[in-house]
Amino acid sequence: MLVDFFLHLKDRKLPVSTKEFLTLLEALQRGVIGHSLDDFYVLARAALVKDEAHFDKFDRAFAEYFKGIESLPGMDKAIPEEWLRQSMKRHLTPEEQAKLEKLGWDKLMEEFEKRLAEQKGRHAGGSKWIGTGGTSPFGHGGTHPEGIRVGGKSENRSAVKVWEKREFRNLDDQVELGTRNIKVALRRLRHFARTGAAEELDLEGTIAGTAKNAGWLDLHLRPERHNAVKVLLFLDIGGSMDDHVRVCEELFSACGSEFKHLEHYYFHNCVYESVWKDNRRRHTERIPTQEVLHRYGADYKLVFVGDASMSPYEILYPGGSVEHWNEEPGAEWLTRMTTTFPRAIWLNPEPEHVWQYRQSTGLIRNLMGNRMYPLTIDGLTRGIRELGK
Amino acid sequence: MGGMRFEGSDNYVATRDLTLAVNAAVTLQRPLLIKGEPGTGKTMLAEEVAAALGLPLFQWHIKSTTKAQQGLYEYDAVSRLRDSQLGDPKVEDIAHYIVKGVLWQAFECETPCVVLIDEIDKADIEFPNDLLRELDRMEFHVYETRQMVRARHRPLVFITSNNEKELPDAFLRRCFFHYIKFPDRETMGKIVDVHFPDLKKDLLREALEVFFELREVPGLKKKPSTSELLDWLKLLLAEDIPPEALRAKDQKAAIPPLHGALLKNEQDVHLFERLIFMARQNR
Repeated sequence: MLVDFFLHLKDRKLPVSTKEFLTLLEALQRGVIGHSLDDFYVLARAALVKDEAHFDKFDRAFAEYFKGIESLPGMDKAIPEEWLRQSMKRHLTPEEQAKLEKLGWDKLMEEFEKRLAEQKGRHAGGSKWIGTGGTSPFGHGGTHPEGIRVGGKSENRSAVKVWEKREFRNLDDQVELGTRNIKVALRRLRHFARTGAAEELDLEGTIAGTAKNAGWLDLHLRPERHNAVKVLLFLDIGGSMDDHVRVCEELFSACGSEFKHLEHYYFHNCVYESVWKDNRRRHTERIPTQEVLHRYGADYKLVFVGDASMSPYEILYPGGSVEHWNEEPGAEWLTRMTTTFPRAIWLNPEPEHVWQYRQSTGLIRNLMGNRMYPLTIDGLTRGIRELGK
Repeated sequence: MGGMRFEGSDNYVATRDLTLAVNAAVTLQRPLLIKGEPGTGKTMLAEEVAAALGLPLFQWHIKSTTKAQQGLYEYDAVSRLRDSQLGDPKVEDIAHYIVKGVLWQAFECETPCVVLIDEIDKADIEFPNDLLRELDRMEFHVYETRQMVRARHRPLVFITSNNEKELPDAFLRRCFFHYIKFPDRETMGKIVDVHFPDLKKDLLREALEVFFELREVPGLKKKPSTSELLDWLKLLLAEDIPPEALRAKDQKAAIPPLHGALLKNEQDVHLFERLIFMARQNR
């Protein structure tokens, strides 16, 4: 019966599977919910959607599907759309609205079913039948204070449904980026290794050792597993990056608690022959980039964070830097770094769709071999996957 | 277990969509996966459902080193080796060295029961996959003793996750899912009421005011959650703080008493104090 609904969800790119759909049908059959569309919405969501990041998408798809052909499951009566079309609208004064008697919910449902059975043709206006623009509690666009809205857009907001509130809007993984989310994304970069003090019992080793020892117990210990990933973080600071301070701070603090081996350096717009570690002393304590290249091994993963918005000169020409005279172009340094640290990505806090309008963004992206990702959870995840390859 | 229904309890306020998800899981005997902000009562749910339905509860708390096998059983090879060296006759029977895990205990339970697998995302990425068949069929094979362990009654399984790792699709397809969203003011009032029935109305109102305002402060690393609010109220009661003391609006931006219970992060406390300081200067 609900096959169209299922296909509609699939069509809206929700990751739903047949098994989950069958579970939903089974739950309906076993009478988990009564005859209410609200309950059906909750049940369908619990059975079909397994990630709160998809809740918003589900809400939209649900609203789309149940708009127009809205029918309460179990009631077996679809309301013809044409008949509900908004053709007429009466504006009532507040006094008139106050006069409308308030029916309780159960009574309302009861009446609704009764009238569904009675009703024949299309109805608009009036105060008893289901239709549009009336003062009957049923139909939509009406002004009864406790009305059940059937299809169409809510105008008086008194019967607004959960799925149209779209409460989970900001859980979509394209947008929100809190420290916690970043940590979760970074965790994918974990690479476990056993180094350090041996304090965990190595069972296989012990058994093998004991067997070799002709039955005398020979205990073997091994070091515990821990995250051995090493990260070099290069942050663009100042100028156009001021708009993105918050998100960069979040990324930075998340990195700090997630990686044992994390080194960070700052640069402005593009990397040149020197970088710095402390912004307050950026002019006095600079570290030659060459030294950074030598100090860390190729097993370090390189992460740039910057909006890559600058004049193309700053990348391509000697002396192009806005702050000082650089002997070699930024592109040269960037290439040097990505050659030394082959596992490298560039995270860009600017939204992905505006990249194409900036020449410098395209240049950096090319220099990085297309490994530029937006600084969203989704982008971070893609970037981390690239680093993990 | 089919006829059972959960409707919230005296100690736990369950929203309508949460009870519906629980009941769907109870009726269809499928696991229920619970996610949500830390401190919104994910773990408590299993305890409360078990108590409300009068079923025994088996808890399995997951750590990063937990293996799926440990929930079924463990073979204590080291004890056996030791016993063999001491010449203990027990050593002849391998069954003496099989230690039952939480799932085995639940499967053996005489009555229907509730199993809580807490913070499943803490474990290795393969962990949920290793439990697929066991949770689906509610049975497993003990290799060492060549015996088949089957559940007498399909237990009601609750799984909580903090979203630290993605769970495999095959696993998700078998569960119902519910996301506990942060309670609104009205629900929060009910929750507090359940925990502190004697709380004075005005203290509660002022406290909730302060609490929700604090959650709105931009840039907090960890927003205070339900469990922190409850702890804070406990402290307020213990210290016998009068409601007037919370009324920040009168004194314009006073630091709420005992705010350490709400903000657990040094940077957050600093940020908060700085904001208060600025608010005072603008007075």
